[in-house]
Amino acid sequence: MSAPHLSIQDLSLRLGEKQVLTGVSLDVPRNGIVGIIGPAGAGKSSLLTCFNRTVEQNPLAHMTGRVVLDGEDVRRIDTSDLRRRVAMVLPLPVGLPMSVYDNVAFAPRMAGVRRKAELDQIVERCLVQSALWDEVKDRLDMLGTRLSGGQQQRLTLARALSTDPEILCLDEFSIAIDPVTTMRIEAVLVELKKSMTIVMVTNLLLQARRIADYTVFMLAGKVVEAAPTDDLFVFARDPRTNDYLTGKFG
Amino acid sequence: MAEIARRRPPSYTRHVEFVIEGLIRLCGVSAIIFILAIFVFIGKEGIGFLLRNVLPMLVSIDWSPTAEPPVYGILALVVGTLWCVGLSLCFSVPVGLASAVYLSEFASDRARESLKVVVELLAAIPSVVWGFIGVMILNPLLQKLGAQVGLNGLNGAIVLALMTLPLLVSLGEDALRAVPESYRQAAIAMGATRWEMVWRVLMPAAQRGLLVAVLLGVGRCIGETMAVLMATGHAVRIPTSIYDPVRTLTATIAAELGEAVRGGEHYQSLFALGILLFAVTFVVNFIADRTLRGRRAS
Repeated sequence: MSAPHLSIQDLSLRLGEKQVLTGVSLDVPRNGIVGIIGPAGAGKSSLLTCFNRTVEQNPLAHMTGRVVLDGEDVRRIDTSDLRRRVAMVLPLPVGLPMSVYDNVAFAPRMAGVRRKAELDQIVERCLVQSALWDEVKDRLDMLGTRLSGGQQQRLTLARALSTDPEILCLDEFSIAIDPVTTMRIEAVLVELKKSMTIVMVTNLLLQARRIADYTVFMLAGKVVEAAPTDDLFVFARDPRTNDYLTGKFG
Repeated sequence: MAEIARRRPPSYTRHVEFVIEGLIRLCGVSAIIFILAIFVFIGKEGIGFLLRNVLPMLVSIDWSPTAEPPVYGILALVVGTLWCVGLSLCFSVPVGLASAVYLSEFASDRARESLKVVVELLAAIPSVVWGFIGVMILNPLLQKLGAQVGLNGLNGAIVLALMTLPLLVSLGEDALRAVPESYRQAAIAMGATRWEMVWRVLMPAAQRGLLVAVLLGVGRCIGETMAVLMATGHAVRIPTSIYDPVRTLTATIAAELGEAVRGGEHYQSLFALGILLFAVTFVVNFIADRTLRGRRAS
């Protein structure tokens, strides 16, 4: 295997008194989908926030260990740059209170893209990639908040793609949307992994099984087991993984 | 369980219920009654005069109700009022909104709590004290900075701005904090700095609430009396420089009502000014209210 795209090394995270992650080490290979599964409170979402350092928004957060992006410690990368390289899709769809166009053009504009033609191109590319273009191409100036939930989640995805990130993190993206939209986004992700690395936190075991190349099982702030998806689901080595996969708990 | 459900409440509870309901209703209705009563009172005294003199009032800049013959031109007073309000907004809106942003987005919890107490304290200072501050502290300061001797409109405007700040800050902060946390997270996750998040996401999202804060501030400015009476210089003229003294509608009423002969023409003219003020503040508050409603609806 070539050098990992994202390498998490002995990462621990405390939020105030609460130990959220303990000694997490994990290598995320390039151009694949990594699924992170585990019961609520396992630290899955917190782990994602360490990737793009949004965890630092919380004044109580104390992080030790390293997250290395393409050989570079994320703490040495400017947060704005880092968050353009490591994009994040949050669980609940958030259409910002501006037009569909402006929603997608938001991050590129902040990154300094001014030319209308260039912005138009980015907006179209991202909306096509997120399978939303056909539904909104005639009403790009409509308020993003007026789209339906599923559309807003795809808008969120389009926005995440607008900076052309190298790593796309999704935190339970399907929690608030219908199965049809979920399947569409899953198809989109499988297409996207050709050009980027995807890390996906999910509560749906079958979702991980369907599209993840590599699955990580987390429990109580630790990585219990990480393996290629087919191996993990068929021959889990750790009994706790087995119990979770077979529905004995969680 | 069924036992309890079937038992009938004693009959007196229904009477108590009736009395309490009546009292509550009375309290609610009384506010409307008072407003109407004020409206009728001011209207009765001033509307006749207003209708008789509407044209001369509007075209003349001279307000000399005690001259022979008296002149009741309100143009200078209206301009003076708008001048003070406009000038004070130039100070209070940027400073007030910036403080609101600081309190809601940048301040630590401890800093926010202590600053809010101070801001609320600012709101509790009586307007006569503000006028005093304007005359005794601010005006000498302005003269050191180059204003000619005497009170002036800038002085009054700054005092007004200080008085409206607490309103702008607390309403503005409420509006900003009402913006869903998810907007902030989304903006931050896309690489926005905190300032970019405030400017590009929070401000547009809280736009209506911020506008309401400004409009209520305007209403407060227009209606303020004592401080402007003391601090503006109280001279009837159309100002041409920020250092010119001005006179407002409210200050005119306050200063002259005591001397006007009850029921006389001068007396009535002051009530006509009252009607005008009432109408303007009503319109401003009405717009603020509609804006707020729109905000709730969206």
